Amino acid sequence: MSTAIDLAEVPLRQLNQVLHDAESGGFDVLNPRGAHAVACGITTNVTVEVAGSVGYYCAGMHQVGTVVVNGNSGPGLAENIMSGTVRTTGNASMSAAATGCGGLVVIEGDAGARCGISMKGVDIVVGGSIGHMGAFMAQAGNLVVLGDAGADLGDSIYEAVLYVRGEVESLGSDCVEKEMRPEHLAAVRHLLQAADMTASPADFRRYGSERQMYSFHVDDIDAELAEGAGAAK
Amino acid sequence: MCGIVGLFLKTPTHREDLGRLTADMIHEVRDRGRDSAGVATFGSGDNATTRITVLADGPQPDWNATATALEALLAAEVSVRPLHDHAVFETTGDGRAARQWLIDHMADIEVLSYGSQIELYKSVGDPDLLATRYGLATRTGTHAVAHTRMATESAVTANGSHPFSTGSDTCLVHNGSLSNHNQLRLRLEQRGESFQTLNDSEVAAGYVSWRLGSGDSLEQALQRALTDLDGFYTFAIGTVDGFAILRDPISCKPAVVAETDDWVAMSSEYRAIARLPGVADAEVWEPEPARVYTWSLAA
Repeated sequence: MSTAIDLAEVPLRQLNQVLHDAESGGFDVLNPRGAHAVACGITTNVTVEVAGSVGYYCAGMHQVGTVVVNGNSGPGLAENIMSGTVRTTGNASMSAAATGCGGLVVIEGDAGARCGISMKGVDIVVGGSIGHMGAFMAQAGNLVVLGDAGADLGDSIYEAVLYVRGEVESLGSDCVEKEMRPEHLAAVRHLLQAADMTASPADFRRYGSERQMYSFHVDDIDAELAEGAGAAK
Repeated sequence: MCGIVGLFLKTPTHREDLGRLTADMIHEVRDRGRDSAGVATFGSGDNATTRITVLADGPQPDWNATATALEALLAAEVSVRPLHDHAVFETTGDGRAARQWLIDHMADIEVLSYGSQIELYKSVGDPDLLATRYGLATRTGTHAVAHTRMATESAVTANGSHPFSTGSDTCLVHNGSLSNHNQLRLRLEQRGESFQTLNDSEVAAGYVSWRLGSGDSLEQALQRALTDLDGFYTFAIGTVDGFAILRDPISCKPAVVAETDDWVAMSSEYRAIARLPGVADAEVWEPEPARVYTWSLAA
C-alpha cells in the first residue's frame, strides 16, 4: 500500500521531508508538473513512483531505494547517485547520472547531452539514444546505449566502459573501440537484465579509454583489472 | 541563467487566450531571472497599420507632440496610446523611418518594436508585475515570446531586457552570452542596422533582421547564424507569421519543446509548459544542438 502525495497541494520540501523521514514503504507523487529536486537525497529503502514529468535534479544524491519517473526528466537526473535505482520511462535531459558513484540509472527513452558526465561507478542503461559528449571524463562504471550516441562519445575518458548498439557519431579524445570479450558480453547481459530491457549483447560494441591522455603506468594495473571486474559485477 | 518562453498557436483554438497562457508560462520561469522581463505578442493587428512600441524609462515625454512630429515626417496620420512608461504609436506610414527618427531625435526613449503585428513590453522587476502592468492576460493573438532576465552582459535596465527587436515584426529572446557581438555590431551597423543598447542579444536580433531583410528565409537566416554567431545561446524568435528555435552546438543552455496539433511551446524548463491545455497529449522533446527549428502560419 503506497502513500499518495500530491504536489498540487503539498510543497516540495514537505514531500522530500516525508521521503527522508520514511524508513520504508511506497510513495506515489502526483502532479509533479516539471518541479525541480523531486525525491532528492533519499537515504532509506523507499519506493517512489512519480506520476508525470519532473524538472531539474530529480533523485539527486540518491543513496538507496527506488525512484521511478513515469514521464520525462529534466537536467541532472540522479546526479551523484550512490546506489539504488532511478528510472525514467520517458526521455532525460542533459547530464543524466552526472558524477554518479554507484547504483543503476535507467532511461527508457533518449538521454540528452553529456549523459554520464564524470561518472564514477554508476551503471547507466539508455533504451534510446544519447546526445553529444556522453560519458565526458567518465572515470568508472558502465554506460549501455541501445540506440545511437552523439558526437564526441567518451571524450577524455578514464576507466568507464561504454557499450553502444547503434551508430556512434564520433568518438572524443582518447576514446577508442575495444574488443567485446566474453566478460563484456556477460556484463551487457547483466545490465540489460537489471534494467529490464531486451537486446542481444552481441549487437553491442565496446568503447573505452586509449589511456594516452592521462598518466597510465603499468604500476596502475589495478585500474586495468578494475575495468574487467567492474564490467562483470 | 535567464528564462525564456515561446508559444506559437497553430490553430485558432487558443488565440483568445494567448496572453493568459503566456503570462502563466512566464510565471513558471521567473525563478530563472527576476531582475527584469519582457514579452512580445504577435497577431492582433491589421496589415495596413504599423504599430511602434516605445519605452520611456525616465520622465515621460509629450507623446502627442511626438505623434505630431512623426506625422510631419511620415506624411501620414499617427495616433498614440500611452501605457504606463510605454507608448504605442499607430500609423499607415513607414515604420522603419519612424523608428530611425525616434532613435535619432528622442534620446530618452527606446524604440522596442515596429510592425503590423508585434507589440512589445519590457520592464525592470518581477516578471509577474510586467504581466499585470501591461495587461498581458487580456491579449489575443497567434504567438508570443517572453523572457525573464538575470543580467550578465549589460546593466539591469528596462532597455536591457528582452525581447530585442530591430526589424519589422521580428524579435528574439536569448539565454546565454555571445562572445563576438561587438565585432558583429560594427559589421551590422556598416550594413545599415541601428542598435540602442550595448547588449549582446540585441546584436543577435539585429543579425536575424538583417538576414531576413536581405532575402533569407527564417531557416536560411538561422543556418547562417550558426556560422556567424559565437557563444552560448538558446534563442526563441518570433516573426510576423513564424516562430523559430536555435541552440548553439554545445547547448549548455536548456530548452524543451512540446507540440500538439494546436500549438508549439518552448521554454527553458518543462514546468512552464506543464499546465498548457492538452499538454498530456503533447509530443515533448529537447531541441538538438545546432539545428534550426521553424514553424510558420503560412505553411
